[in-house]
Order: sequence, then structure tokens, then C-alpha cells
Amino acid sequence: MATQPSPRKARRAAVLGGNRIPFARGNGAYAKASNQDMLTATLDGLVARYGLAGERLGEVVAGAVLKHSRDFNLTRETVLGSRLDPHTPAYDVQQACGTGLEAAILVANKVALGQIEVGVAGGVDSASDAPIAVSEGLRHTLLAANRAKTLAQRAKAMAGLRPGDLLPSIPQNVEPRTGLSMGEHMAITAERWGITREAQDELAAASHQHLAAAYERGFFDDLVTPYLGVTRDNNLRPDGGVEKLAKLKPVFGKGQNATMTAGNSTPLTDGASTVLIASEEWASEHHLTPLAWFVDAETAAVDYVNGDEGLLMAPAYAVPRLLARNGLALQDFDFYEIHEAFAATVLTTLKAWEDPDFCRDRLGLAEPLGSIDRARLNVNGSSLAAGHPFAATGGRILASLAKALHEAGGGRGLISICAAGGQGVVAILEA
Amino acid sequence: MTDLFTTVVRSTVAKRVGVPQPTSLRRYEPGAALCADPVLVAGSGRFEAGLISWLTTVGIATVTNDEPTSDRLGAVILDLSAATDPSELDQLRVIGAPAVKRLARNGRVVVVGTDPATLTDVAAVSTQRALEGVVRSLGKELRAGATANLILARGESAAGVQSAVQFFLSGRSAYVDGQVVRVGESTATNPDPLRPLTGKVAVVTGAARGIGAEIATVLARDGATVVAVDIPGAGDALATVANDIGGTALQVDVTAPDAGRRIVEHATGRHGTLDIVVHNAGITRDKLFVNMDDARWQGVIDVNLGSILRMNTAILADGGMTDGGRIVCVASIAGIAGNRGQTNYGASKAGVIGLVDALSAQLGDRGITVNAVAPGFIETAMTARIPFATREIGRRMNSLQQGGRPIDVAETIAWFAQPGAAAVTGQVLRVCGQSLLGA
Repeated sequence: MATQPSPRKARRAAVLGGNRIPFARGNGAYAKASNQDMLTATLDGLVARYGLAGERLGEVVAGAVLKHSRDFNLTRETVLGSRLDPHTPAYDVQQACGTGLEAAILVANKVALGQIEVGVAGGVDSASDAPIAVSEGLRHTLLAANRAKTLAQRAKAMAGLRPGDLLPSIPQNVEPRTGLSMGEHMAITAERWGITREAQDELAAASHQHLAAAYERGFFDDLVTPYLGVTRDNNLRPDGGVEKLAKLKPVFGKGQNATMTAGNSTPLTDGASTVLIASEEWASEHHLTPLAWFVDAETAAVDYVNGDEGLLMAPAYAVPRLLARNGLALQDFDFYEIHEAFAATVLTTLKAWEDPDFCRDRLGLAEPLGSIDRARLNVNGSSLAAGHPFAATGGRILASLAKALHEAGGGRGLISICAAGGQGVVAILEA
Repeated sequence: MTDLFTTVVRSTVAKRVGVPQPTSLRRYEPGAALCADPVLVAGSGRFEAGLISWLTTVGIATVTNDEPTSDRLGAVILDLSAATDPSELDQLRVIGAPAVKRLARNGRVVVVGTDPATLTDVAAVSTQRALEGVVRSLGKELRAGATANLILARGESAAGVQSAVQFFLSGRSAYVDGQVVRVGESTATNPDPLRPLTGKVAVVTGAARGIGAEIATVLARDGATVVAVDIPGAGDALATVANDIGGTALQVDVTAPDAGRRIVEHATGRHGTLDIVVHNAGITRDKLFVNMDDARWQGVIDVNLGSILRMNTAILADGGMTDGGRIVCVASIAGIAGNRGQTNYGASKAGVIGLVDALSAQLGDRGITVNAVAPGFIETAMTARIPFATREIGRRMNSLQQGGRPIDVAETIAWFAQPGAAAVTGQVLRVCGQSLLGA
């Protein structure tokens, strides 16, 4: 009788480090760089930092949110153009702004299951080199002409073309099901939760101050590699205080209650990031010290279309589920990395966790999760200062948090990232 | 770096009208013979017999002065280490003059003497000191890429002399001319002649571009695992260098207070040890002395000298560099001869020479050698920006009538780093084609 294979025991996946290029505001320094250019430079920087030239890795997983149709195999093409052994397999993932962290979850899980020893998770986005498509009308006409068998049929198909069909289709930062931009969605949620302009500006100013201080103390020396002459995130305004932010006019929301400005919302940004994740054994064989362990992750989604939840509220649901599974309280963390899509996103999420009604009615909790020590929030800056190239944000946060935990000599960190489509990806790291 | 002027002066027309043409120098290739033609070894010094038997073992034909032949010579080695009276110097002329006439293109004259500092007899001291005058003058007479250099032995053992002779005969020393190297006692040799740095872990600062990138490349070619270090702002070029040579990139500003610690941690943590450090990072901020501001002065002194002193503290502490390690600094001809507009730079580079003197004496019992190269006019992106006339003078005002290449500096450093060069310490070797500056 054949013996049943026993299920393999899961092991720990280590975050060994990361590399990203400085993030650059859209239509600026990286305007002519493609997603593949940026991701390749970022991957090669990681290869150089960890001496991986010519090495075959288990897998490289990455993605982009704004993606050309020709880039169907973006990550594999990137690997082929990089210094890694071309026998390294790769695949693309896409979960909007959750892409980078989701890619890391996939790599960490494969490492944990013993399916691979080492992998790279990454993400890249260009708001500048955006895909522009032909209109639906022109596309249908051209396809019909292509199907035609005779010249007459082809002429007939082409005759169906209307002048309006010649206008290109440009990608828009709107939710397909509501037609509202992400900022407009957030403005609705912020108003519902009574998030003030002052609180948002304070959070934005802190993000810039924290990021500038981190650069000053050399925190990014082994996290960032310059690209195309840019050596620091060029959205960073080290001298930007609350006073300057207070002068900006609101861009999202309407009337008296409009609080969201270009200063407390993330700009369109270009950039890429990568993270090296491996088993304990692989790390030890390569004389690399794990910065932190990938403990667990959770994703959630909300119904912002027919339900009455805000578009970016999914992390508020994902985190309590993750805490419950790991037997932790919201206060059991030394660092909190809450992605600053908008300052209001962070403030709403924190307020929701403090709110007894929300926690009882929406999360089904007897007690609210409570408040966090704000001194532990986004201590090395976040997206408001660094910028937010959608798929690259997860890798930025993951590598920075892992290093912060390692520097602190141990501890626990929580990552929370909201994503388009009403989704949220959250994770726990420990060192 | 071929500019219009260079194209013109190297054209067929220029050759016809008699414009002097620089010889294409013979440069080192791993596995190539030390030199193509037989080597004359003579002079009756205490190293002569040992050098002949060693050359035979590495497959180089040797001839003695007693064999009358008119064949081309690849090199002439004159061992005058036993000469104690000025009258014996005539041997150099009697043996050397006909031999030099037979010297092939890119030939070598290597004179071996005894370091006068180890002698007390006045006649002996002056006799040995006289060798330097001969070599420096002969270097200016030799043509067709040939060089003349002097090795001064401080002791009896042959290994150090052998290592220096090997360096001078090979293409590694292509741009080293008219120089003196002192060698002490040692029995060390290179375990693997083709890859002498196998198993060694080397750190090169300022490795993102120019001479530093070449140093990293040459050390890796010779077998070392290289940690390429540069400022975070140069990280993209640094990554390319590290990936090209299969090393690792470490982004750190050498002036950071913890730079030494981070370098040691990276080298020992990632690669298990730290054997070789090349302090190459340097900057220039030229200004006439009377106009020199605080930032230019402090910046140059701190990057080029202060940072090395601070990093060495961490590098030489417990858990840092292994015994038998190598420290190589990059000085400059400006630190020897001075340069207009470079009081700050000249100070820093002369200071480096002082550092080499003092530190080499302190580290002798750990077997760590400390040396420096002093590059002359080297063809880099930096020298390409020098105004035309100044650049052309700099390029030509040396015995080889051409600028050196980054690889010439790198090859000399790679020699200092070899296990076989254990006898060479406290030396500042100019890689300048025997420049007239600071001669």
C-alpha cells in the first residue's frame, strides 16, 4: 500500500533586503523610461547589492498597474534583460496598488512551503509612459476589417468608422463602476468621518519630515539606487511645513467641506521597487542576515458600488481578521506602515478602528480595536512624501519596514495598503 | 579619448614629417609570457643566481654576459647589490650599454641594488645611491616603450626582489618608469600565478567610475571577491561595476562616521573576511590658495585624507582586516610635486604619503603592508576635460611621451595586493611614465 505523502511543514520566509529607484513625479525625470526600463534597473541594483549576478533564483514576481498590452510578460522580459541567470522564471501579478505587497505574499508563501528557496517580489509603475489605446469604435472596425474576406467586405467594414472613433483612449484614474476618481471617492469617505484639513496637513508634513530625516541619517543608503540622475525621491519637500500646505486649494470634494489638496494627496509618480525574500537556509548559505520574517498576510474587499462602504476602507476590515488569526491586538506593534494614498485614508482608517459603532456593526467586534501610538506610524516617511508609483509602493514599504525592525533590534510591524476596486492588502513582519 | 589633435599628430602625414610617435605600450594579459625575448641577467650581485633559476622555472630564456649574440633582448637585469665602491659602477656601462642597444620594443631595464639605508660604509652608501641616478637618467634615454626601474633590497631573501622583478618585467608596469621600489625580507609567493588574488576579499572605494572601476575590475580578474564602494549618489554606476565583476555594491559615503564599520561588516559578513582595502575615493576642488574657501579646503582634506584615517581605525580593529592584509592608497603626483590651484588637494595627497610611511611601520608585525600609487597623467573622463594645451603638455611631458591609462594604476595596485608582494611596504610608487613633474 502506497504511503500518503505527509504535508510539508511550513517554514519561515525572511525579508533580506530591497532595492528601489528614487520615485519621481510623473512627466518628469523618468518620463521617457518604460516600466521595463525601471524594473530592470531596480532589479540590477538589487543583484549588485546582494551579489546575485549570474544566480538562478526560484522566481521573480512583479507587476504594474498601468501596463501596455505588449508588456504581457513584463517581469520575465525584465529578468531576461537583467544580470540574473536567464533560467530564473518570472510571472506578473496585478492587484492595483496592492500589487507589490501581493507579489511579496506570493513569494513568501512559496518560500514558506518549500517550493522555492529564494525569490524577488517587485512592482513598477509609470504614470508618464502610460498606455494609450485606440477607441473601442476604431478597434471594432479594424477587427471587422481584419475578418473580411473580400475587398468589398473590407471597404464596408471601414466605412463604419466615425470621426469620434479616431480619438485615442487614455487611461483614467477613475473607478470603472462609479466613474468617480479615487480622490473623489476618498473625499466622500473623509467627509463622512469628519476628517479635518488640519489633521491631513499635519500628517502630510510629518511624512515629508520623516522621509527627509531618514535620508539624512543614511537610512536609504542600502535601499535606494539612483536612476537617470535622480538620487532622492523628487516629490520630497524637506522644508514643507504645515503652513505651506495650509495655503493649497482643495482639489477633491465640494464646497465648504472640501479638505483634500495636492499637498495631502499623493501625486502621480514613476518608480519601481524590489524585495529579496528567502528561506533561512538560503540566507545563511549566502551569508545574508534576515532583516525581518514575513509572518502573515490578509486581503479584504468592500462593496463600495452597491454597499455604503468607502472605496479605500478595505484595510480596516483586513487588519482585524489578520490580528485575530495571529492572536494580536492592534497595539502589539512597534511600527505601523499605513500607505498614505491620501492623508485622509490613514486618518479614516485609524478613526474607524477607534470607533465602537464601526467596530461593532461592520467588523463584528465587541470592543473597538482602539488607537495606536502615532509616534510609531510611518516613521521613515510614506507615500505623501516619497510619491506613489502604484505597484512599487508595496516593495518600498516592505523593505523599509524590514530594515527599521532590524535596526531596532527586533519588534513587530504592520503594513496596510489600500487598492482600487475597494481592496486592501495587509501583512505582519517580525524581527 | 581621441581628440582632433591626437588624430592629427598620429596621422600618416605627421609620421612622415617626423612628429614623435608614442609607442603602443605592452600591457599585462593573464597567461602571457613575462616578456617575449630572452632576458640578460648580469652584475654578480647576491640575487643574480636566484633570478636566473626562477626565470628558467617560469619559462623565460636567460642569457649571461659571456654568451656573444646579437639577438634581441626582452629585458636587462643588472644586479649591482654587491657593489661597494664607485669604481664598480662602471660594470653598469660595460654590460648595460651593449645590452640596451639590443633591447626589444617595450623592453625593460631593471637594476637591483642594496637599500643604502641598510648600509653604513660611506663609499658603499654612495655607490648604491648612485644607482638611482643611473636609472632615472636611463629612463629618459630609452625609447619605444622601454622602461628602467630600480629595486633596492633591504635584506638577503630573494622573494621580494623576485616579486618586484616580475612586476617590472610584465606588462603590469607598462607606465611605471624611472622609479625606485624598496623590498624587505619575505619568503611569500603567489599560490596561483594566474589568479594571484584567489580567495581574497577586496574593498575598493570610489569604485563607480574611472580609475576606481578599473581597480575593482583588475582585482576581480586576478581572483579577488570585490566589494565596490561609492557614495549613494553614484549607486547606479556602482551597481553596473559590481554586476560586471560578480562583486557586491556597497553605497556609503566614505566621510560618514560609521563608513569603516559598515565596510568591515559588509566584507566580513557577506564574504567572510577582509584582506585588501584600496582607498581610492577622492575629489578635487581646485582654487588658488588666496581664494580657497572653507568648503573646498575641508571637503578635499576630509574625503582624501581624514576619511582614510577614520576608516582605518575600524578596518584595523579586532574583527577587521586579517593579518597579512593589504592597504593601498591612491596618492598623486600633486602630493609630490604640487600643482597650481591644488593646495588643498596637494595637502591631502602628501598627507596620504605620510600615512603610508607611518602606518606601514606600525603594521609590520601583523604582516599587513601599506603602500600607495601616485598616478601622473592618466587618461580619464576627468583629464579629458582639461583645456587642450595643458592636457597635451601633461600627456607628453614624460619619458613615454603619452598619458597612462586607468588600468596602469590598477595593475600596480593589484601587484601591491598580491601575497607574493609581502616584502613591499611603505612604498609610494609613481605611475607616471617618468613625468618631468616632481621628478
